[in-house]
Amino acid sequence: MDRLSKMKERIIVLFLALCAVMTLFVTVSIIAILLGESLLFFSKVSPVEFFTGTRWTPTIKPYSFGVLPLVIGTLMITIGAGLIAIPAGILSAIYLSEYASERTRNVLKPMLEILAGIPTVVYGFFAFAYITPYLKKIFPDMQAYNALSASIVVGIMIIPIVASISEDAIRAVPRSLREAGYALGARKPRVILTIVIPSALSGIVASFILGISRAVGETMAVTIAAGRTPRLANILNPDDWMKSIETMTAAMVEIGMSDVSGQSVAYKSLFAIGLTLFAMTFALNTVSYIVKMRFREVYR
Amino acid sequence: MDAIFDVRNLSVYYGDKIGIKDVSLQIYRNKVTAVIGPSGCGKSTFLRTLNRLVELVEGVRIEGRVLFDGKNIFDRDVDPVELRRRVGMVFQHPNPFPKSIFENVAYGPKIHGIKDREKLQEIVEDSLKKAALWDEVKDRLSESALGLSGGQQQRLCIARAIATNPEVILFDEPTSALDPIASSKIEELMIELKKRYTVIVVTHNIQQAARISDYTAFFWMGELVEYDRTEKIFEYPENELTERYITGRVG
Repeated sequence: MDRLSKMKERIIVLFLALCAVMTLFVTVSIIAILLGESLLFFSKVSPVEFFTGTRWTPTIKPYSFGVLPLVIGTLMITIGAGLIAIPAGILSAIYLSEYASERTRNVLKPMLEILAGIPTVVYGFFAFAYITPYLKKIFPDMQAYNALSASIVVGIMIIPIVASISEDAIRAVPRSLREAGYALGARKPRVILTIVIPSALSGIVASFILGISRAVGETMAVTIAAGRTPRLANILNPDDWMKSIETMTAAMVEIGMSDVSGQSVAYKSLFAIGLTLFAMTFALNTVSYIVKMRFREVYR
Repeated sequence: MDAIFDVRNLSVYYGDKIGIKDVSLQIYRNKVTAVIGPSGCGKSTFLRTLNRLVELVEGVRIEGRVLFDGKNIFDRDVDPVELRRRVGMVFQHPNPFPKSIFENVAYGPKIHGIKDREKLQEIVEDSLKKAALWDEVKDRLSESALGLSGGQQQRLCIARAIATNPEVILFDEPTSALDPIASSKIEELMIELKKRYTVIVVTHNIQQAARISDYTAFFWMGELVEYDRTEKIFEYPENELTERYITGRVG
């Protein structure tokens, strides 16, 4: 009996280990495929042309594989989304952790997390069908597909990430630090601004980075709302925000759904964009991880 | 004798739970008063009432009066900010802010409107000297306070409390998280501080109360059982419960 249950335990542990190895294996193979196909692409198109070219016409002659317009498109969405989600997210986090009663918080926090679970395609149509028509009343020149409305909706989409992670960081600030502030005569806003937020700063910054990294990788919503016009836009020019753009992710969708053959350079370019995107989000996530580790050290 | 706090029929309730019940006593100026008793007896609640920090707890209700220099601290026109400037506090675990040593000490004075850099520097140096920490940190005031040892951090917290120029300093079990050497330094400091300040210390270390205090209050289940000169409490306690507690037979 005893030996039998020991065996059982061993089999279970083995099975669990297998599952863990499986995810590792899948991750590694995805990266390997990305790298392999990208290398094939770069043997046809030089990295210099890819990274510095200003025209993206992979399926229309004359073919050109300059990724810059797509990077600019992704940047526009990310910057716009960040401008919305960072202030809104941190203010929500402060309200939830410092001002809301336990009851209010117990209602609001799950709602916020449900917001994070809505399929992104729904957000895309929400932008297309509601945000854009509304914005058109303010900016009559606005195109049906445009960067502004897409970045707004991506911003709304990542508010829960920023708010939820920031709130965790703010709540992790020891009560005794707040008490020390109050005991010195500080009022609540000062305690929040000069003690709580600085103490939680690395967690808050980590939430910004994770939110932004999510915006960089967002696909469905931007494909629907921002359109598919690879254009070297000027981020500082408001007119460019009223027009359609194409993000890196949207370009990948476009190539993936087009009728280019699996051997064509255009098809391979999909992997080159994917690799670039992966490098960007990986860098962001790594920064966020490092920042978070620093944060952990503070209250050892 | 000169009483700085005159507590009259003070009761504190958390919801329907009793924190302390009908406590009346006087705290004397420039003395060390120890508050002893087992965990949950209300001694911390009592201490936190004196600077109204207890009001941070949701659902707390306070009855009775606490006269501080003759003025009830619960009167409408009393500003808790000013009260807390005059009644400083040091906590159980050292809780320096994750800021520089200088910024920690300057935090209080800044709240109370002191902006002049030179003036702040003067206050920081003076407070650190009074907390017997100056010699150890004078060359690294701009470094993080979290790099200090536990005992140094606690002395920094004392300096931080001194910096607002208070009249009273409340200590909530200030040595319970420290090693014996660091603890004895804090104890010496508390005795030294009574020259300038009134010191009230909550402790569950009975020997500590005997070593450093002039007066001792013994709390039991939210009630003040006995309050007298420390020698009297430890040599001829009037209440049998007090005797049993200080000899270690209950609690």
